[in-house]
Amino acid sequence: MKVSSLLVAGALLSPATLTAQTTASFDRTKPPALGKTPTLHLPAIQRSTLANGVGIQLVGQHEVPLVQVTLVIDGGSRLDGAQPGLAGFSSRMLTEAAGTRDANALQSELAFIGATLNTGALADVFIVSLNVPKRSLGAALDLMADVTLRPQFRAADIRRQRDLALAGILQRKDQPTQIASLAFNQIIFPAGHPYHNSSAGDSASIASIDSARVRAFYNASFVSSRARFIVVGDVGKAELESLLASRFSAWKSGATPLTIPTVSVQPRSNASTQLYLVDKPGAAQSVVYIGNPGADRRSPDYPAISVMNTILGGSFSARLMSNLRETKGYTYGVSSSFRWAPVAGPFAISSSVRTNVTDSSLVEIFKELRAIRETPVSTAELDRAKAYIALALPARFETNAEIAGQLVDLGTFSLPLSSVRDFGARVNAVTAADVQRVARQYMQADRETIVVVGDLAKIRAGIEALKLGTITVLDVGAVAR
Amino acid sequence: MSVPRLLLKGILLAATAATATTVTLTPARADAQAKAAAKSHSNATAQKISVPFAIDTLPNGLTLIVHEDHSTPVVTTNVWFHVGSGDEQPSRTGFAHLFEHLMFMGSKNAEYPQFDRLLEAAGANNNGSTTNDRTNYYEDGPSSALPLMLWLEADRMGWLLPTMDKPKVDLQRDVVKNERRQSYENQPYGLVADYDSKLMYPAGHPYSWPVIGSMADLSAASVDDVKNFFRQYYAPNNATIVVAGDVETAEVKALVRKYFSEIPRGPKIDRPSPQPFTVHDTALTLEDRVQLPRLYLNWHTVKGWADDDAELDIAAAILAGSRTSRLTQALVYNGEIATNVFARQSGKRLDGDFSIVATARPGKALDTLRTVIDAEIRRLAAEGPTVRELDQAKNALEASFLRRIESVAGKANQLNSYFYQTGKPDSFQADLDRYRNVSAADVQRVVRKYLQTNRVMISVVPQGKTELAAKKGVTQ
Repeated sequence: MKVSSLLVAGALLSPATLTAQTTASFDRTKPPALGKTPTLHLPAIQRSTLANGVGIQLVGQHEVPLVQVTLVIDGGSRLDGAQPGLAGFSSRMLTEAAGTRDANALQSELAFIGATLNTGALADVFIVSLNVPKRSLGAALDLMADVTLRPQFRAADIRRQRDLALAGILQRKDQPTQIASLAFNQIIFPAGHPYHNSSAGDSASIASIDSARVRAFYNASFVSSRARFIVVGDVGKAELESLLASRFSAWKSGATPLTIPTVSVQPRSNASTQLYLVDKPGAAQSVVYIGNPGADRRSPDYPAISVMNTILGGSFSARLMSNLRETKGYTYGVSSSFRWAPVAGPFAISSSVRTNVTDSSLVEIFKELRAIRETPVSTAELDRAKAYIALALPARFETNAEIAGQLVDLGTFSLPLSSVRDFGARVNAVTAADVQRVARQYMQADRETIVVVGDLAKIRAGIEALKLGTITVLDVGAVAR
Repeated sequence: MSVPRLLLKGILLAATAATATTVTLTPARADAQAKAAAKSHSNATAQKISVPFAIDTLPNGLTLIVHEDHSTPVVTTNVWFHVGSGDEQPSRTGFAHLFEHLMFMGSKNAEYPQFDRLLEAAGANNNGSTTNDRTNYYEDGPSSALPLMLWLEADRMGWLLPTMDKPKVDLQRDVVKNERRQSYENQPYGLVADYDSKLMYPAGHPYSWPVIGSMADLSAASVDDVKNFFRQYYAPNNATIVVAGDVETAEVKALVRKYFSEIPRGPKIDRPSPQPFTVHDTALTLEDRVQLPRLYLNWHTVKGWADDDAELDIAAAILAGSRTSRLTQALVYNGEIATNVFARQSGKRLDGDFSIVATARPGKALDTLRTVIDAEIRRLAAEGPTVRELDQAKNALEASFLRRIESVAGKANQLNSYFYQTGKPDSFQADLDRYRNVSAADVQRVVRKYLQTNRVMISVVPQGKTELAAKKGVTQ
């Protein structure tokens, strides 16, 4: 692989000489061997704690003068209770008006110092995320503290943002992929399960939210006892501690924070395959979702499932892509995924397929689902999938946002940083038998939930003829409600 | 418009980070100063951005640009071919992008499906994308994969045709048609792509058709088209390759010469300059299966890096770049007649256009939005922006420059882009300076010159609701 210094000087040679030399010097028909596998360097985390108990994790990165400050608060959409979308909507209202500034003054100041400040709710945590050039870190943290600790929730802002959120919910009816995803999660996670609703909520729920409701929710959920800072970028430990202490040390936990509920509703378990069709007259394609409740992130099978999914539909050369896109030409893309969460999230195969091959696409997808359960994967596939995952681990720690994202994830699952290295080792230990076992255990080939959004006048007869299972037609208005 | 081989789901939001980039800070501004700057002059004069690189031109015309960044053991290989949809024959629209797909279908020494399989087995990802002006291909992975990446890129640059055949063309034709369905036909408002280029640019102009092309033209593409296109455009003298990451420059130069030197130089490419033209003032109404009406306004402007290009970018930021920008305030937050609004100067290699896109709130007609937009354009033309507006736009832009140099993949693509546009890969500072030098009077001038003239207006309304469409208006 290393090339002689003579070739480096090749610019001085005539093209002909050079060509002769280069062709003679190696065998082009063989791919070059890979270089030495890079070592996975995990970032050094400096830890400290504010006087009120809020933890700080800092990873110093000093080559670009930017700082990423992420405040993570346990809770998130799991705290929605009977009001879908409450956590997401309330957390987005923090940046409307805060401290002494109205929403416009706040946003103008952020833009002026080149900062971005975003707030929101994921399934299990709230996030307040600041990205700012180092020279404006202090000014930006002033605004971040206002937003986190002193939001105003003015009635006029809440009403306007509520109307905008409702317009967004209305537009979900235009998006076949959103309709399919909403329907799929509503079905496999029954009402009462935290993943039944999208974090955006539904129109009835959002319409009933007012500033009093948002304020009460904020007071009971944005509490310091559940918060931690993850900071990555061009700042030292002492400087950061001082910047955060003066702004966040006085933050107290609320008197009666909302209890983070345990999950009492079980995900759906089909006795046989169930089909759900949503009509989209004139659709150019059919959107297909096939799957079942998956696994949780702390499962000991996480590495084996990751390998299995990579082979089935988690990479470009995966079986589903090779079949439906690269052999049959039915689609632009098809993928499978497990959504990793503290409790089992969905496993789903999804694709947009040409209308007139909707039934054939279902046949091929089930063929692949069965094949990976019934026959051990080849050594070549296994080795490729393991390398694809394990060798890409260093790239997860390139940028500030990527490092912060890894630390947020690990914290959500109460996993140490060293688990990333362990994960690489465990991936490399996965066997073909492991892949087959988890394929059987976590994918219910004969008891799947199928959602198809498309032009039913053109696709229904073909789907019925497959006799995959019971068919139910859903109304788009009931799904994207 | 950029059309990828495969749409990546769940792309991470902008990153931040560990790089070997030289960013020299001149007097850092303290917090108090940053606040005070609200009233004074722009603080956008604080730092100089430089991305060091080495360049090598092979005898066959291939240009190599290397940027070392040893902070993470990753490497990115980013190849630009200077060919895009603008080089297509008018009866073969969509061909440059279809060709991009065929570049993954195997070559003489790496037959299908080895390209993806070998890279995945090395822990690397890859993709490509096509625009009006260029086609790019890239691999991101651990630094150990560099020789493999270069060998694969060389094989398809030099030896794509020996394994090319009709079944491959037919298959990717189907895939691209599926992509067109997924990204346009099955998307709300997606049908606009079939009209805006055609109405903006005169027949025969390289930008008068969309990158994705038409179904009929895709159907007509033949293996001979593929061969001719490859011989004409996929030659080393029409390509640049950037390697960035945890690599040694001398080793990269040697590897590139080893794998690419044998590929013969291609023909010189003549690209006649398009004729000057004037846009016809146009109003078109389209009905679609959508809940909310949306208004598209397009003006003819200037190409990238031309005089007025940066000024128009700043004008776009002042009109719709932030929560407090003028149209955002007037339409979304004060007027409450729109759900969102975007503005953009799109300076391409040969020409440019400026667009404003706004979606109506439920129950609002697009002519109401159009009236407000026209009034705001008149006000900006009459009064120009405030110092605060101008400084805010520049500061936000400067921060976005920093975020752009966070990953080696981002830097690599930018180095290729700058080289194509200016001939100088490290144009980061020069680019930033273009924006820093824009004055309030400049913004006022370009708004008058470009946004108070003929335009193409497209109203997309829910089916049967043509009364919600906008009417031709005047911005003067």
